[in-house]
Amino acid sequence: MTSLTTQTIVQIDRLGRQFSETRALDDVSIQVDSGQVFGIVGENGAGKTTLIKHMLGQYKAQSGSVRMFGVDPVRQPEAVLSRIGYLSEEPDLPAWMRISELLNYSSAFYAGWDRDYAAELLGVFGLDLKQRVRNLSKGMRTQLGLCLAQAHRPELLLLDEPSSGLDPNVRRDILSAIIRTVADEGRTVIFSSHLLEEVERVSDQLMMLQAGKVLLCGPMDKVLANHHRIMVPAKSGDGENGQEESFWRAMPGLVRYQQTGAEWQLDCYGDYDQFQSFLAQAQLEVLSHRKLSLNDIFLTYSGGTSLAGMH
Amino acid sequence: MDIYLSPHDGVPVYLQIINQVKHLVATRRLLPDREILPIRKLAEQLLINPNTVARAYRELEQTGWVYKKRGAGTYVSDNPSPLSDSERNRIIGERIDGLLSEAHQMDIPLDELIAMIRRHHAGRKS
Repeated sequence: MTSLTTQTIVQIDRLGRQFSETRALDDVSIQVDSGQVFGIVGENGAGKTTLIKHMLGQYKAQSGSVRMFGVDPVRQPEAVLSRIGYLSEEPDLPAWMRISELLNYSSAFYAGWDRDYAAELLGVFGLDLKQRVRNLSKGMRTQLGLCLAQAHRPELLLLDEPSSGLDPNVRRDILSAIIRTVADEGRTVIFSSHLLEEVERVSDQLMMLQAGKVLLCGPMDKVLANHHRIMVPAKSGDGENGQEESFWRAMPGLVRYQQTGAEWQLDCYGDYDQFQSFLAQAQLEVLSHRKLSLNDIFLTYSGGTSLAGMH
Repeated sequence: MDIYLSPHDGVPVYLQIINQVKHLVATRRLLPDREILPIRKLAEQLLINPNTVARAYRELEQTGWVYKKRGAGTYVSDNPSPLSDSERNRIIGERIDGLLSEAHQMDIPLDELIAMIRRHHAGRKS
């Protein structure tokens, strides 16, 4: 959990990636330290998987740089991949193999493969060694993938949308794997997900991607503590289509504003006191104020009259 | 140790844990010198980051509600410090602010609200 020496596991600087017309990643910089759970969220096509493939060395950086454990994963794939446990949304497992054969096969790739641990995990998931991969359900394939990703006790567990389309039991297995990993000797987890409640529960650090750009990046508790929803009364002169735009643009930290009936809903990022004093100066009474959940925050940046990109 | 999280009320998870442990101690459902759940166990039970549980336990230790035995877990203190005035004011103050703004929206005047509180208080006692 908290190890005595913190190491930098991932260092990405100003990474850019272009797929023909699409800017898949644009000036993305992140640092992930050991012992952290780093959650990546964003809509489909935001660049989550592209970013993770750069970490695995499957893509070469077109601009900027990627360092995993201090080395370039494209130039030194063995040095990097031996320290990572990876699970994708649709793990690519050979359908014709039995689970026992697949375990044997996989163990040959990793010096640190722990047979007892692999057997323990299979037992927890209730998987039968004699079964063939092709006969497994999607949930069971994910459980098997989790087992394969963890059995060499990797320093970094990297999960790309692991919970997609799975029932709550298997999702629970995935969250437990994340928790077990960081609870052990300060190992590190990076995972992408669209299940924001799960990300909110287990992440220390959050990154929100939108159209290849980093919209938000920082400690989860700061992100949650600094997003506010404030309701103020709408004056009779306010138009439906943001006639007051210039007024709201002057409000510091305002991310999104919209009129709901006789009230303005203001979603803001920053210190509540500054919003309070701005509204008090404009003689607007605060009708209610609450902190936003990660789900609300995501919707705030992705929909409506958004001033996103200001932070 | 029954701790539950409400994800949507905007209170950070580590604070929810702190508040509930304090409540369990204050109502003597957690007794002095009893061990509370290890960090990892509670994290797995609640499916949350162990660092979050560790942070909650650290703050409970700093404020004297629990103590650590070296290498042997976390225990409830014998005479936990009562809530400080400022903390009491903060917790109750937040509730009062919420109540006042709802009453305002429903056009309930302050006098009537106070009368309602008194009626509820009398109802609890009987």
